[in-house]
Amino acid sequence: MSGSGEPKIRIRGLHKAFGAKSVLRGVDLDIGAGESMVVIGGSGTGKSVTVKCALGIVEPDRGSILIDGVESVGLKGAAREAVNARMGMLFQGGALFDSLSVWENVAFGLVAAGQRTRREAKPVAVETLAQVGLGPEVAELMPAELSGGMQKRVALARAIAARPDIIFFDEPTTGLDPIMADVINDLIVECVRKLGATALSITHDMASARKIADRIAMLHEGRIVWSGAVADIDASGNEFVDQFIHGRASGPIRMAVRG
Amino acid sequence: MNPLAAIGRAFLALLEAIGRLVLFAFAAVTHIVRPPFYPRILLRQMVDIGYYSLPVVALTTLFSGMVLALQSHTGFARFSAEGAVAGVVSLAITRELAPVLAGLMVAGRVGASMAAEIGTMRVTEQIDALSTLSTDPMKFLVAPRILAGFAMLPLLVLVGDVIGIFGGYIVGIYKLDFGAAAYIDQTWRFVETIDVVSGLVKAAVFGFLVTLMGCYHGYRSEGGAQGVGRAATNAVVSSAILILVFNYIITELFFAK
Ligand SMILES: Nc1ncnc2c1ncn2[C@@H]1O[C@H](COP(=O)(O)OP(=O)(O)O)[C@@H](O)[C@H]1O
Ligand SMILES: [Mg+2]
Repeated sequence: MSGSGEPKIRIRGLHKAFGAKSVLRGVDLDIGAGESMVVIGGSGTGKSVTVKCALGIVEPDRGSILIDGVESVGLKGAAREAVNARMGMLFQGGALFDSLSVWENVAFGLVAAGQRTRREAKPVAVETLAQVGLGPEVAELMPAELSGGMQKRVALARAIAARPDIIFFDEPTTGLDPIMADVINDLIVECVRKLGATALSITHDMASARKIADRIAMLHEGRIVWSGAVADIDASGNEFVDQFIHGRASGPIRMAVRG
Repeated sequence: MNPLAAIGRAFLALLEAIGRLVLFAFAAVTHIVRPPFYPRILLRQMVDIGYYSLPVVALTTLFSGMVLALQSHTGFARFSAEGAVAGVVSLAITRELAPVLAGLMVAGRVGASMAAEIGTMRVTEQIDALSTLSTDPMKFLVAPRILAGFAMLPLLVLVGDVIGIFGGYIVGIYKLDFGAAAYIDQTWRFVETIDVVSGLVKAAVFGFLVTLMGCYHGYRSEGGAQGVGRAATNAVVSSAILILVFNYIITELFFAK
C-alpha cells in the first residue's frame, strides 16, 4: 500500500498537554516502511505518550499522524480498530492480563479480532511462544508465575501474534538484567525482520538502541531535537545527544527533579 | 482569595464530575446493548455478584427480620397491637431492608473488588493493552459487570425477602408465642405485589449503581497502588451514598400520594 518514498508513519506537529503540563510540543517524525526507529530521551519526556497517540490510547491536542498516508488522529470505533489491528504494542510493564493464562494472553488479539476461534488460536499462540524461546509447558501457566524476563517474552509474543506490520516497543529492556536485556533485543530484531514490520521503539537504554535501531531520534522537551542513522549517533554534533549517550549530569539537558 | 470564586470553582468541579459520571454511564449502557457481547465474562460476573453474595445477604436479612420482629413487638405491645408484627416485618423487609442491605453488602463486597481489579488493570496498562488488541475495554470490562449487577441484585433481594420474613417468623413463633398459621396469614394479608416489586426495582437500580461506581472509579484510577486503594474506597463510599439517595427517590416515586 505504501508508495515508494512515502513513510509508513508520518508524525507532524504533535502536541499534547496534561492539564497545565505540556508534554509534547510539536513532534515531527518520519518512519519508513520496514525501518526500525528508536526514540531516545530522558524519563518523562513523553516517549510513551507519543506512542499512545499513534495507537489512539491518548488523544493528541493537535497534530497529525499519517499511517500509510492516512490520517489516524481522531479515528474512533471500527475505523480505529481497523488501524490498530495492523499494529502491535509491547507495553513497558508487559501489561499481561493477569486473570488469563499465558496462551490466552498471546491468543487474545487473534480471538478478539475474530480471526480465529479459541480452539484454533491455541496452536498459533504456542507457535508464537516458541518464536520468543518459550516452550509449550509455559502456555498453561499464569503470568504471575513467570519471571520478569519471561513476562517480557510473553508480552512480545502477544504483540507479534497477529503478525502486525507496525510494532511499538515501549522500553523493552527496562527492569531486566543486561544479559536478559540483550536476549530481548535479539528477539526484537529477529521478530521485526521476520515479519518485515516497521518498528518504533522507545528506550533510554543506549545499548538497546544501538542494537535495535536503523535510525535514532532524540526527544527532548516535547520535540525531536535530532534524528539520524544509528551509525552517526557518536558524531551527531548535537549537544543533547552527546550528553544523553554519555550519561553526563552536566550539559544542556536539565533533569526535572519531578518527572 | 475571593471566596465567591472558590465556591464557584467547587461548584463547577462538582458539575464536571457529575457530567463525567453520566457520560460514562451512558457509554456503558450503549455498550451493553450493542455487540460484540462477552457471555463468558457476563456469566462469571453474574456468579460472582449473585451466587457468592448469597451468604452475606442471607445473614444480614435474616438477623434484620429477627430484630425487627423483636423491636416492633416491643412497640406494638404498648398499644395492644401485637397482631401487626408480621405485617410490619414483611413490609419493612420487602420495601426497604432487603434492597438497601443487599445493596450495601454488595457495594462492600463487589464494588470494592471491581474498582480494585479495574484500577489495577488501568495502572498496569492492561486497559491500554485491551484497546490495542481489538477489544473495547468499556465493552469487555464495564458492560458485562454493570449488566450482571443490574440483573443479579433483584434475585438476591428476592432471596433476602424470603429469608428476612423467615427471620421474623422464627422470632415470632419461638420467642413471641405467635401461632405459626396466624403469623403466616398475617404476612400474606399485609404484603402486596407492589411492596415486593418496588423492592426489586430498587434492587435493580442499586445493582446498576454499585457496579457503575466500581467500574467508574477503577477505570479512572491513577497513581499506582495508592490510586487503586483510593478507587476502591471511593467506589464503596459513593455507592453507599447513592443507594440511600436513590432509595428515597424511588420510595417517593412508588408510594408518595
Ligand atoms: N494519562 C496521563 N495523565 C496525566 N499525565 C500524564 C499521563 N500520561 C503521561 N503523563 C505525563 O506525561 C509525561 C510524559 O510521560 P511518558 O510519555 O510516560 O514519559 P516517558 O518518556 O518516560 O515514557 C510524564 O510527566 C507523565 O507524568
Ligand atoms: Mg515511558
